[in-house]
Amino acid sequence: MTIETARAGRAGPRAARISAALWRRPWLRGALTLSPALAWFLVIYLASLVVMLVTAFWSVDPFTNNLQHQLTLANFRQVFTPTYEHIIWRTVLLAALVTLTDAVLALPFAYFMARVASHRVRNLLFMGVLLPLWASYLARVYAWIVILTKGGTLNWAFRHVGLPEPNIGYTSTAMWLVFSYIWLPFMIIPVYTALERIPDSLIEASSDLGARNSRTLRGIVLPLALPGVVAGSIFTFSLTLGDFITPLLIGGTNSSLIGNVIYDNIGTANNLPFAAALAIIPIVIMTVYLLTARAFGAFEAM
Amino acid sequence: MEGRATRIVLAVWVVGVLMFLFIPIATIVIFAFDRSNVQSWPIRHFTTHWFSVAWHDPEVRTSLVLSLKAGLAATVLALLLGSAAAFAVHRFRFFGREAISLLLVLPLALPGIVTGIALQSFFSYNKVNLSLVTIVIGHTTFCIVVIYNNVLARLRRTSGSLQEASADLGASGFQTFRYITLPTLSTAIIAGALLAFALSFDEVIVTTFTAGAQNTLPLWILGAIRVGHQLPEVNAVVVFVLALTTIPVAISVRLTGGGGITRSSVRHTPGDS
Amino acid sequence: MHRPHPRVRGIGAVAIVVAALALLVAGCGSSSKSSNTTGSTSKSGSGTSGLVPPTHGMAVPQSVGKGEGSLNLIAWEGYTLPDWVKPFEQQSGCTVHAKFAGTSSEMVSLMANGGGGQYDMVSASGDADLRLIYGGDVRPVNIDLIPAWKDFHPFLQNPSFNTIDGVHYGVSLQFGPNVLLYSTAALPAAPTSWSTIYSSQYSGKVSVPNNPIQIADAALYLSKTQPNLGITDPYELTQSQFDAAVNLLKQQKPLIKKYWNLASEEESLFQNREVVVGAAWPLQTGDLKKAGFPAADTIPSEGATGWADSWLLATKAPHPNCAYLWMQYISTPKPQAQQALSFGETPANSKACDVMNTLEKGGCARLHADKPDAYFQTIQFWKTPLAQCGNGNSDCVPFQKWVNAWTQITG
Repeated sequence: MTIETARAGRAGPRAARISAALWRRPWLRGALTLSPALAWFLVIYLASLVVMLVTAFWSVDPFTNNLQHQLTLANFRQVFTPTYEHIIWRTVLLAALVTLTDAVLALPFAYFMARVASHRVRNLLFMGVLLPLWASYLARVYAWIVILTKGGTLNWAFRHVGLPEPNIGYTSTAMWLVFSYIWLPFMIIPVYTALERIPDSLIEASSDLGARNSRTLRGIVLPLALPGVVAGSIFTFSLTLGDFITPLLIGGTNSSLIGNVIYDNIGTANNLPFAAALAIIPIVIMTVYLLTARAFGAFEAM
Repeated sequence: MEGRATRIVLAVWVVGVLMFLFIPIATIVIFAFDRSNVQSWPIRHFTTHWFSVAWHDPEVRTSLVLSLKAGLAATVLALLLGSAAAFAVHRFRFFGREAISLLLVLPLALPGIVTGIALQSFFSYNKVNLSLVTIVIGHTTFCIVVIYNNVLARLRRTSGSLQEASADLGASGFQTFRYITLPTLSTAIIAGALLAFALSFDEVIVTTFTAGAQNTLPLWILGAIRVGHQLPEVNAVVVFVLALTTIPVAISVRLTGGGGITRSSVRHTPGDS
Repeated sequence: MHRPHPRVRGIGAVAIVVAALALLVAGCGSSSKSSNTTGSTSKSGSGTSGLVPPTHGMAVPQSVGKGEGSLNLIAWEGYTLPDWVKPFEQQSGCTVHAKFAGTSSEMVSLMANGGGGQYDMVSASGDADLRLIYGGDVRPVNIDLIPAWKDFHPFLQNPSFNTIDGVHYGVSLQFGPNVLLYSTAALPAAPTSWSTIYSSQYSGKVSVPNNPIQIADAALYLSKTQPNLGITDPYELTQSQFDAAVNLLKQQKPLIKKYWNLASEEESLFQNREVVVGAAWPLQTGDLKKAGFPAADTIPSEGATGWADSWLLATKAPHPNCAYLWMQYISTPKPQAQQALSFGETPANSKACDVMNTLEKGGCARLHADKPDAYFQTIQFWKTPLAQCGNGNSDCVPFQKWVNAWTQITG
């Protein structure tokens, strides 16, 4: 496409004037491009979060469920009691465990995809990672119930090879397994992106300077993959922190997570203020996590 | 760089992870053919009956159509808003820039249930009835993030000299945008759009709180699981969806070359971006 | 000139915005009235005497117009099976969309703001009915437009849970007990006491509903096994009675395999041999039997809690004509009989008994539809625990505390 045809093409004199005016006023360009998204976020998203935040300081009439608009700290006092504290702790630990598991599973996989596989194999692997996201989350969790339950495929397989049946249906082990499974693609993709960006020249330089493979791995590859891992961990951590469906379906007793308690207080108790107070906990946790992640450069790796 | 032994170990690991990823999918597919509603192993009778049930079920159709509508609307809105935001953040330095980039990550970083109840109480506070509109609003909020991230990542990786050269050669701002910037971004936009659509299509937590009496496909699946009378039908529906989406996913992977710019074409080293 | 670090500046921007919005909302909030202030004063905590339902003066139609083509229901699982919904859809032209809820509170939550202009009717149980009525979320119904109502058993024509001061807010539907479900393979003889699920006999193989109202079931059991506690009404518990029930449930927890949230979940647990005994609705028993699984249920000697359901009309129902057509239809003998046999409950329509016997031999007697009055008296129906005890005191434990205690027990 030559310059002449481009110039002789669509741009009329008026368009050229507008374009020039915008060029001279970068702030206007910036404002125009940014404002719709910003308006959306401020007016809808941030405002709704703030409304919820304020609701946490209100209370609810137990009979008619109408909100009483007097400020009170009662909800927060209740959140910081052992009942809820140990649920919060359990959720955070599970989220951390799931994140660790997914990082361990994803790193070699992403390394293979990014640096070892041929172009065609890489495309196939990428498809293999994306395709499960299209099979409904609910159906996949339910499939795990079918696999892990007493009359399910896992027990059957163990029985057939003569091993004792693991019987991990409706346990915390099951929850850890299912969470790690569901969020794995969200970890693989950023790690792959980070690894794929490492130029060959860097690796070659490292070995030219005499480093063995393990040294290169420790010194070059892993540090450069770290932002990708941290970016993926944002997803695995926050998704576990807020999920209530997986514990509902595949958890047993001692499986309630923060998400369940929040959901119960919205649905069962119609106690929005208390649910909002509970919801602030994951918000605070994730904000701290995000700020830490940004320091690691995770935002560029997403 | 990697030795042969390392490659073999890696390959085995990859196969293991793939098996992990696909065993539940295989379970879904196999149990779609189970005649019995009780999903236990081994299966005694196989049948294709449930596929025909799913095909003729009007609730499946309406919920599928609603999911498609919501997904398309959310993706289009997200494309417009998200790419614009990515441009602004990339090109301009302004007051609160860091804050904006933090803000634009929140919908995905904060748990879905938080977004869900925040939006639900916001709508009820403003006496807005729940409907397809509120579903789309909920979905757009996190779709914007996906598009924004993808476009921003691509913008960071392309050099600005092309735009400058175009301007030097006399093209107007619009022309530069249309003939230079857009093509460079196209694959990032497509990949982002597909990921955003996938997230919207399968979203259940935020949708539970923002949907009224309508059912998107995930809500229908949740209802079907609750009643528990036609579980193989759920599996059949998922098999349909998987079969339909294999093609677009393959195309998208092809287009983006498995993630965008390949190693050999990266011209800058980490350190500038 | 010193420029502040961009990161700090950015966060400052966010903080300013958030603070401004928060002030705005709090400012608006404290000066606005909540939407339904009539009838919801909290001076008496919420005893209903002296309160007037906000919608009691709303006009009722004098005739039913043409159906709008669609009907949105909030229902218990198993209340909208094709067996009786399909004929209704064909004859009325109203396509039925059902959203399921697992607890009464979920129903109340979904029905907020008069159904939000989304839902037409809700199959609410006694504990939700009054909250909906006094919350202004349901509206009066012209009972003359429902001919089958005249055939209802007298005690279900104007029950206190759906009729206030002669104003009907819906129609009675069915009532039933929460039963003890057991696998006949593991328990050949029917258990005679609820102790089956409280003792360690079947440890690790028990399932009960994940619903705070279960505390009432524990209280009911204690009212017979520990009469010194003085429990007369399992929903009106003093703190010490409440604590005793909660302790019983805490002792029960190690015996539980899983607290079921969805009816189909409990059925799965039985079918996969994860549990052999549990608390259930009769629905699960029927479903398991239909699937060929050996199960049965019973009401043990200590008695049972239960529910009495009505179809209530949403204040902002978008399809009122279809709603009336539904009420007319679901009150007639045949659908009443079908639903009763399918779910395991007792119908409101006295003429359903004969139809039940044609559909299933002895079906009417099995579900006590021939002597419903006496049967009704034996069930402790769900009602919302309030601070007001019936005996004039105000020290009973309200439902919000039940929810907190339940989280303590199950968490």
